[in-house]
Amino acid sequence: MTSSPHLLADDVTVGYGRQVVLDGVTLRVDRGETVGLRGPSGCGKSTLVRVLALLHRPDHGRVSIDGTPVDGVRYAVPVGLRTRVAVLFQSPRAAADPRLSLDDLIAEPLRAVRTPEPTIRERVAELTDLVGLTPDLRARRPHAVSDGQLQRACLARALVHRPDYLLCDEATAMLDASTQAHVAAVIRDYQRTQHAGVLVITHDEILLNRWADRVVGLADAARTHT
Amino acid sequence: MTTTERLTAPTPGRRAVRRPLLAVDGLGVQFRLRDTRMHAVTDLNLTVRAGELLAVVGESGCGKSVLAHALLGLLPGNATVTGHAVLHHPDADPVDLVTCGQRHLARRVRGRRVGLVPQSPATALNPVRTGRRLLTETLRAHGRRREDGDQLAVDVGLDPADLDRYPHELSGGMAQRLVTALALAPDPSLLIADEPTTGLDRPLVDHTLDLLRRRCDEGSAVVLITHDLAAAQRVADTVAVMYASRIVEHRDADQLFTAPTHPYAAALLDALPDRAFRPVPGDPPMLTALPAGCAFAPRCPRRTDICASQPPPTAVTGGAVACHHPITTGAVT
Repeated sequence: MTSSPHLLADDVTVGYGRQVVLDGVTLRVDRGETVGLRGPSGCGKSTLVRVLALLHRPDHGRVSIDGTPVDGVRYAVPVGLRTRVAVLFQSPRAAADPRLSLDDLIAEPLRAVRTPEPTIRERVAELTDLVGLTPDLRARRPHAVSDGQLQRACLARALVHRPDYLLCDEATAMLDASTQAHVAAVIRDYQRTQHAGVLVITHDEILLNRWADRVVGLADAARTHT
Repeated sequence: MTTTERLTAPTPGRRAVRRPLLAVDGLGVQFRLRDTRMHAVTDLNLTVRAGELLAVVGESGCGKSVLAHALLGLLPGNATVTGHAVLHHPDADPVDLVTCGQRHLARRVRGRRVGLVPQSPATALNPVRTGRRLLTETLRAHGRRREDGDQLAVDVGLDPADLDRYPHELSGGMAQRLVTALALAPDPSLLIADEPTTGLDRPLVDHTLDLLRRRCDEGSAVVLITHDLAAAQRVADTVAVMYASRIVEHRDADQLFTAPTHPYAAALLDALPDRAFRPVPGDPPMLTALPAGCAFAPRCPRRTDICASQPPPTAVTGGAVACHHPITTGAVT
């Protein structure tokens, strides 16, 4: 049973009301690999991301991080475990708090765990540099930047706690080709240097095959462990 | 791959026999800001022919959407528009969209001869009316039967039953399809579609693109504003690449995708995941501080001294590109 550290959704079943969305799905993402997840619209890809990110409690089955089973969701999970998994969502407009400057948006998760301000400033500067946000952009609020710039800020925020796992749910769908390639390059670089596990969801088959080390169909992930 | 397959092979010479529908000449748009001026569109020339699907592509913030709004007279009060954009019509006098005035635009042009699929459907729909009421209102204003509404809904891939919902009850993709149906209701001869596939999944993206392609094959013209190069490659007859408020290259889609001549067009194509998957180095300039010379020069591998000081030539449809050192392939130069 010894194996490399991994994020595992083990035989997960989720329903909303009477509608079953995920039926016994098992998906494993190892540290150091990028897994692509494909599947038609409405097949439960985003729900699986929410389960893996500990944002949604499955009806059956459980999520484990590096072998540690996680019970409970959101704030019921210890911070140390919760911050191991980060998500980059499809729509930065919906994900980002419109009241915060990009700097504050990135710093917020650090402030939430009472990181000293000098450390925060240093880390934010490092991340904005990494994702390519210029100083004049950092003071702006979401309404004053483009989707691509805002998604870069969201990526910086997702990486702020140096997560071991990053889940990207259609995170580049609204970006132009150059920004998409840039965001993907930053994530691939992070995955290699930090030996992180990355899950990529996109409808774009070409992008998926180019980006991911291996591609799984959600239908294949269901009932593989019966 | 299906995404790169063309829907219809362009007929050689097809464009040559079509009449020009829209002729844009030296169009410029400036915004007055508190302490500066923003150049959103600069010295833009463009010809769109009947039956042509033109895709305008470029990074976000390059001025694509401002171009659409300028053609429809929908810019805010701090905008100054210069140049000409002449809309031709077989049964009516040509009209210059820049100089004809809001009254004429509102009564004769907007929504009638030139339709717009707006970028964010959520903000474009009246929240207190159902989709059916919005659609019926539009159809009746243009002398069409309310029964046509169901067919229009089907055309855009929307279940007619969903027309009875209010905008907040629609998903982003459904709202997107509804605004497309509304724009098509008056059967405009020119449709400007600003990112019409946002929020749609792949099958619906393809469905919408097919719909636009079909309109062109029936003789209307479409200006498709998109950041999705694969979409442009799939349906467009011609592609205009915009960078920092200028069109830098505009030519047949096949030529542009196989042999781009402007270094920016080439760099943008290289960012595609089925090509080099390499982002264009650096960042686009602020539209409030455009350099005197070529705006792409700081990011360009082919730059020389002249690029920093001299503005590049103006790009012409099917001809010149806005570059001092365009890429020539196969030439013996």
